[in-house]
Amino acid sequence: MSDQTHMPAGHDLAPGDEEQHSVGTRILGYVVGLVLALLLTATSFFIAGTDLVWQPSIPVALIVLAIAQMGVHLVFFLHITTGPDNTNNVLALAFGLLVVFLVVGGTVWIMAHLNANMPPMDHIMRMQ
Amino acid sequence: MTMTATAGHAHADPHHIGIVIEHPGPASKRIVTAYGFWVFLLSDIVMFSCFFAAYAVLSGQTADGPKGSEIFEQRNVAIETVCLLLSSFTCGMASIAADVRNRFWFYLGMSVTCVLGLIFLVIEFREFADLVTRGYGPSRSAFLTAFFSLVGCHGLHVSAGVLWLLTMMAQVFAKGFRADILRRMMCFALFWHALDIIWVAVFSVVYLLGSGA
Repeated sequence: MSDQTHMPAGHDLAPGDEEQHSVGTRILGYVVGLVLALLLTATSFFIAGTDLVWQPSIPVALIVLAIAQMGVHLVFFLHITTGPDNTNNVLALAFGLLVVFLVVGGTVWIMAHLNANMPPMDHIMRMQ
Repeated sequence: MTMTATAGHAHADPHHIGIVIEHPGPASKRIVTAYGFWVFLLSDIVMFSCFFAAYAVLSGQTADGPKGSEIFEQRNVAIETVCLLLSSFTCGMASIAADVRNRFWFYLGMSVTCVLGLIFLVIEFREFADLVTRGYGPSRSAFLTAFFSLVGCHGLHVSAGVLWLLTMMAQVFAKGFRADILRRMMCFALFWHALDIIWVAVFSVVYLLGSGA
């Protein structure tokens, strides 16, 4: 019996709550998050206006930087982590992301095809 | 007695991974409240994704009106972004202060958050008013309709957040750091940080991608 590992009771964590840390550690977490977010923002604004990089890569770079910055916000400000006590929060987030990608991706995909398959506007007018 | 205990543990640990989770009953009210609010925030993000999808589809439909690159001012957007980022940080400081029940740092953090939020709103309102007076209101083209509804919806959320912030300060002033007030404070912090995440998507997709194209 003694080899059983007992987890402490009440081992869930509310979103936004951190595991027990001292105040200094918590402030340090926010400072790290702020610095990372500011760096990523500055990079985004720099990339958007520069001629230094290959132009077609700019939109992809901006999207990657935005996703990275959202990740920084989730981890350092909202404290959504991959810890075992955070499973419920991460699952809800994963489902939300699924819906977001279905809505945005599906809309863009379908509307682009509709646009490509539509005859020109004057053509439609003549058909009537 | 040992037998029944073993049987109980075997039931709680069917795959013998050696970790037994005692069922402690329902989660605490703090966890339930914040989790429910987290689900609300995710559905709010899903609603924003519909506005983003509409904007992505309509961003080229300018009806001979202005394109995004002609009306966006990157300097203003940079100031707005820095305001929101710093306000997220001060909001975090205020929630730490609330957890350790320090009134001075709580009021200071919340006041700075409020001021930064108001600066953001003023810059955004002036941008909108400037566009409307130049004749580029939301009725000018499908692109401008999508732009005003997406960015305006975020602005409305920030306005609601500022009102909520002032309410939280008043509640802490009148009622102190009670457990229910602290739960509301946690929900407010989640809301404010989530608005920041949406703003990251807004400035990347609308302003930076739009001014490049």
